[in-house]
Amino acid sequence: MSLEKTVNVEYIPRVEGQGDLKIKVKGETAEVEFVVYEPPRFFEAFLTGRNFIEIHELTSRICGICPVSHQLAALKAVEKAMGVEVSDLTLSLRKLLHMGSHIQSHILNLYLLSAPDYLGYESIIPMAKDNLEIVKRALRLKKLGNDLVELVGGRAIHPVSTVVGGFTETPSKTALDSIKKRLMEAREDAIETVRFVSKFSYPDFERRCEHIALTKEGEYAINDGKLRSTEGLEIREEEYRACIKEEQVDYSWAKHSTVVGRGSYLVGPLARVNLSFNSMTELAKSLADEVGFKTPCYNPFKSLVARALEVLNLVDMSVEAIDNLNLKDERISERDFKPREGEGYAIVEAPRGILYHAYGFNGEGRVKWADIVTPTCQNAKNIEEDLKAFTPKISKMAAEDIALRSEMLVRAYDPCISCSVHAQLLS
Amino acid sequence: MSKLKIAVVKMTGCAGCQMEFLRMEEEFLGLLENVEISYFVMAKRENHEGPYDVAFVEGSVSTPRELNELRELRKRSTTLVAFGDCASSGCVPSILNWIPPAVSARVYENFPLIHSKKESFQRVTPLRDFVEVDVELRGCPPRKELILEVLKSLLIGRKPCLKKYSVCMECKMNENVCLLTSEKRPCMGPVTQAGCGAICPTVGRVCEGCYGPMSDANAPSLAKEFMELCGMSEDDVVQKFRKYAGLDSKFEREAG
Ligand code: SF4
Ligand code: SF4
Ligand code: SF4
Repeated sequence: MSLEKTVNVEYIPRVEGQGDLKIKVKGETAEVEFVVYEPPRFFEAFLTGRNFIEIHELTSRICGICPVSHQLAALKAVEKAMGVEVSDLTLSLRKLLHMGSHIQSHILNLYLLSAPDYLGYESIIPMAKDNLEIVKRALRLKKLGNDLVELVGGRAIHPVSTVVGGFTETPSKTALDSIKKRLMEAREDAIETVRFVSKFSYPDFERRCEHIALTKEGEYAINDGKLRSTEGLEIREEEYRACIKEEQVDYSWAKHSTVVGRGSYLVGPLARVNLSFNSMTELAKSLADEVGFKTPCYNPFKSLVARALEVLNLVDMSVEAIDNLNLKDERISERDFKPREGEGYAIVEAPRGILYHAYGFNGEGRVKWADIVTPTCQNAKNIEEDLKAFTPKISKMAAEDIALRSEMLVRAYDPCISCSVHAQLLS
Repeated sequence: MSKLKIAVVKMTGCAGCQMEFLRMEEEFLGLLENVEISYFVMAKRENHEGPYDVAFVEGSVSTPRELNELRELRKRSTTLVAFGDCASSGCVPSILNWIPPAVSARVYENFPLIHSKKESFQRVTPLRDFVEVDVELRGCPPRKELILEVLKSLLIGRKPCLKKYSVCMECKMNENVCLLTSEKRPCMGPVTQAGCGAICPTVGRVCEGCYGPMSDANAPSLAKEFMELCGMSEDDVVQKFRKYAGLDSKFEREAG
């Protein structure tokens, strides 16, 4: 008799946004639907006609967890379209801003969203009772990430000092020095984070699939670089649409992405670490060694370890970035640049994977078309493929346990469901 | 003092308001001594149906599913807080309400299919259009000090003290040079509700109005200044007001 089981998770908890899971396991196979019912907000539609100076401000409202990534992708695309060159200081500050954003988002996932599963709690609230020091460490690191964003961007969620061409104001040396000190002190916390998450007992599950990330020679890329994959993809930002296909599915409001001629793919910390491990700091590499993490790793649950290694990497990268800042009093205002007709394409690494923004503008600098592809959209199909391969392995468990483990897999991807209901404007 | 039973609920929004709630890193452990988080799907696996002393509702209403949920929540909550601009006035996503449906329909190849299946309203509507809202906590997102003010007030049984005056007041308290009068830049500060600490003008950026209209905003006068003093076109003025609170009656005329 073949085993048949239906598992439904109605409102996936401890992820951002509204989505559910429908799984039907039949012996060795499974049918899986990752249903995003979060209502689309049609950003691409209502951006049309808006002025180039406000695109990054508006698109940051796609997401409250990675507003910085949306701002940076939008700014880069707009600046390319308008032929605006930014200073080295701006580039460095943007990177610093982005690193702060990755830290806070990663800590949120590791400690608040994912850890309770592995420690046997329903949430961080009861977990805090028995693990006070761990939770305090989480809160310290999360605050540090947020404070770094606030220092550079003027506000932690939806930063305000970022504008086309640069920043309206640059942080003071004193403030940077004091956050640098905190970052250096945080190294211990980051090391402990790597040790903490690598002790979790991860399901023994691997599925080889294509991993895609930005990469750059001699640098752990987050703001620019080339798009590369474990299957040999190598493209520039402009070529994204020619190589990645998006499709509507009838049960979900998130579109599905595939590599043309191949299949679904994974983006996010695991892909980045797999593709750029050599560019990580020596400390991060040695911690990877200590905890027995080897690349390439195709166990999606281990995204948590990759995420923790990134936190450690980011803490040191931020210190280095602050040390190398050539601080000047630079003030850019929203009126400093004149519009022109043009198109701009950009990709950055959001905490949960590559984020694509592209725009076309008319001569007055108003949006003619907009095209945004978020990481969660790109991961949506791969999440289903993973679940299809994973759930038959645990089909003997009780339905609640299958549900919990499937949720854990979804949480390892750290989906940002509100982000995923973007919509491409078809011509 | 018994613990305050709270719910944090998401409708159509970006989760930024919930993230601001979770930004209470230093306050978190103390908070748990005074409130019981009964429902918060983004942070908890066990969520209870209520009743709640207070429900923080993030996001606007854009599907029938959300509308039903909102009505249920209203019944089960003593205090209902419109949590942020999306809930209070539609915020950035409400710009969609002025876009012809034909344009938004182009975003999915097969729009009718998905539309009928999921019954999208495709309009962004603030909570108060459907249910009685007790507290409007404005901001995109409202800073955590304001969330704490609401929680503290409810704990001791008084009305939360939210600022009614404009961002200009906070801007003056920060001793900034005025960007509008001295640099002729289009700042929304004069008609925007204080609460953020005037963070934008303080770092040299004009206020874009993300805390929504102040209580007796003189929008027509500011719109006139934008055209005469700052040299903006009428279209640009409309776009400026049609951003965080274009659906609000105080900005209705300026937002076209
Ligand atoms: S008010 Fe702003 S921060 Fe809050 S959900 Fe809406 S867009 Fe996000
Ligand atoms: S800069 Fe803006 S907020 Fe500040 S006083 Fe002038 S108008 Fe008001
Ligand atoms: S100054 Fe204006 S735009 Fe800036 S945070 Fe305050 S209310 Fe929002």
